[in-house]
Amino acid sequence: MAQGWLQLGIFVIVLVALTRPLGAYMAHVFRGERVFLSPVIGPVERLTYRILRVNPADQHNWKIYARNLIAFSLFSWLALYLILRTQSIQPFNPTGFHSGPWDVSFNTASSFVTNTNWQYYGGETTLSFFSQMAGLTVENFVTPAVGICAFLALTRGIISRAGDGLGNFWQDLVRGLYYVLLPLSIVVALILVSQGVLQTLGGTVTASTLEGANQTLALGPVASQIAIKQLGTNGGGFFNVNSSMPFENPTSFSNFIEVLSIILIPAALAYTYGRMVGRTRQGWAIFATMLVVWVALVAVIYPAEQHGTPAEHKAGTPTTALVDSTGGNMEGKEQRNGIAQSALWASTTTVTSNGSVNAAMESLTGLGGAVPMSGLGMSEVIFGGVGTGMYSMLLFVIIAVFIGGLMVGRTPEYLGKKIQAREIKLASLGALFTPLAVLVTTATAIGTKYGTPSLFVKSGPQGFSETLYAYLSQANNNGSAFAGYTGFVQPDAPGNAHSYGITFADIVGGLTMLTARFIPILFVLAIAGSLAGKKVASAGPGTMRTDNPTFVVLLIGVIILVGALTFFPALLLGPIVQSLTTRLF
Amino acid sequence: MRRDLLTSVTAVVLTTIVFGLVYPLAFTGVAQVLFPGSSNGSKITENGQVVGSKLIAQDFRKVVPTHASKGPKLERVPDPRYFQPRPSQSNYNPSITFFSNLGPNQKDTRAAIKSNLDGYLKLEGRYDSGLTAADVPIDAITQSASGVDPQISKANAEIQAHRIAAVRHLSLSQVQSLIDDHTDGRFLGVFGEPGVNVLELNLALDKEAPTT
Repeated sequence: MAQGWLQLGIFVIVLVALTRPLGAYMAHVFRGERVFLSPVIGPVERLTYRILRVNPADQHNWKIYARNLIAFSLFSWLALYLILRTQSIQPFNPTGFHSGPWDVSFNTASSFVTNTNWQYYGGETTLSFFSQMAGLTVENFVTPAVGICAFLALTRGIISRAGDGLGNFWQDLVRGLYYVLLPLSIVVALILVSQGVLQTLGGTVTASTLEGANQTLALGPVASQIAIKQLGTNGGGFFNVNSSMPFENPTSFSNFIEVLSIILIPAALAYTYGRMVGRTRQGWAIFATMLVVWVALVAVIYPAEQHGTPAEHKAGTPTTALVDSTGGNMEGKEQRNGIAQSALWASTTTVTSNGSVNAAMESLTGLGGAVPMSGLGMSEVIFGGVGTGMYSMLLFVIIAVFIGGLMVGRTPEYLGKKIQAREIKLASLGALFTPLAVLVTTATAIGTKYGTPSLFVKSGPQGFSETLYAYLSQANNNGSAFAGYTGFVQPDAPGNAHSYGITFADIVGGLTMLTARFIPILFVLAIAGSLAGKKVASAGPGTMRTDNPTFVVLLIGVIILVGALTFFPALLLGPIVQSLTTRLF
Repeated sequence: MRRDLLTSVTAVVLTTIVFGLVYPLAFTGVAQVLFPGSSNGSKITENGQVVGSKLIAQDFRKVVPTHASKGPKLERVPDPRYFQPRPSQSNYNPSITFFSNLGPNQKDTRAAIKSNLDGYLKLEGRYDSGLTAADVPIDAITQSASGVDPQISKANAEIQAHRIAAVRHLSLSQVQSLIDDHTDGRFLGVFGEPGVNVLELNLALDKEAPTT
């Protein structure tokens, strides 16, 4: 296992080293300062404002900012839904796929417009290249940019002197897209394609195998989508088996780049935040909070997976590492990734709101499966989604400041702004909406017969885990899955002709994703508006510091308390039971 | 308000054109020029015929009649002339992929792994006397995530080498050196796990020691 720990340790060091340069770059971009790409992108940026007919100097208050954000997301949803429903008459459809059923399309459109990328669709068996490019790839770009917008608005609310606006939604959107997401995507996509990730408009190739049979290889424009899928904490695969598919993630090098891409921007945004509020220590404190929890989760899942499962042990295999073999639980894992990289990915993709997978989540060990669920249960604030993670984390910071204020008996203040009843109410509602959505939907799916058709394992803790995971993942806009759970039946793939959706799972899931994305965003923007109007008080001797280890510990405590108290009973019924028993079900 | 809505619609159209068409299509052009092999599926061609992709496992079982009186008339059994890839839930189909979704505490999982283990011991035990369950590397008896994992562990290949050497009339060291030639290492020697590419190895075997 020493080799595995070494891989994980070096990965953490690489991430920490990249956080500051990228974070500083983004701070320059979002403050409108010149960066090295400005000569190239500046003219295109200004042309875009002219096409959109917006004046980037217009400052929005929180209501206007929110209105634009919601309107843009609504029309994006509509465009994607229409693309999915009219796929059969569109270009770039070499395999001749039919249009999607209404309920699955509803789920997929909701999934991609909320940065969830939950897969009830089968990528290579139901979607045309046009849907993958003009539909899914577009959302992969714009949804993280929208997340960044909400984060920027909240940040500006925190730092503003009374009366300033929260920035301009369109400017923030365009800058996030042009200066951050697109350049990084091009770099990552180039690396990926050099490793063997596909990038072609050719449909399928039939190979004549050594045994004399035919093997059909499904190809497509994959790399351009996979790069942004990872960088934008999206996660929806070109292929059904996502990033375990060698055509999405062929080598150890591509795997390293992809898992780094998953966490890179969310990590760097913590530093960007510190820069923007003018106190980098504030950013590092949040970064440290995220890092500690993430590293702890990795330290649980890796040994758990290396230990193997009761089913493997009872089948007569010891799962101990041999010379030149990883040992451990290799069911549902790829040889090139092994145990360490699969464990790293599983924990990283679920603390961030990415949700792409390089191994089968449903085949994780009991304890191993509890780790991604814990990542989801903590409301995606440990790095979290691009932008989303930071604004959700700031809700917890506000709650922690309030609790800390109560403990020392002072009016809670954050960066000189008084935290009062209105902010606390909004922050609590924002932080509690998602867990509530998870528990209500899971209980409904479990308690009624409507949830049953979606199950792969019809009973026992595994069936419960599938359901809980499905709604945890969708409500937290993550998108990873215990993939046995489905909302889509495809009896005669490929071609999508007689396939149909499981309406309950599609609609409940879709509504969960939409509400759990946009309602918290509205709360966040409302807080931004409320904070923006407040005066900044200078820090006195009684001000509680929010940039020291004490506060980090307090913040971790609040996050775990909210996550653990909400979900511990549910986790007990699923993964924790499975990790405590060697019994088979 | 109306102006905001108009801007939103324009923005959706614009982002669809820029990120949904210009970016992927232009990038496809670049990729096709810079990396024609890897962007098109890393295909392996023999005598002008595509025989597979080096990134995708293929089925090295042959179809034979069953001797059982009931059930299907044909079954697939491992072809002893070739190295065998990891078991696959999809029969090595790269155009309809799905996970096995075998859970950690499921009886089905135990049954599947037990059956793979028995099959492996039966196939390789004939050539590698003294092979026990404790020697069998875990990748040999578990399904990969993709169902088309192109690699096996080196330990797995080394056990199969006994069979290959016997069937192809090669020395164990000859087979061993072919295995070494087709082993991909870790990235920078640190990240990921080494693996032996089964298709490339089998192609090399057919060149080195053809069978009829």
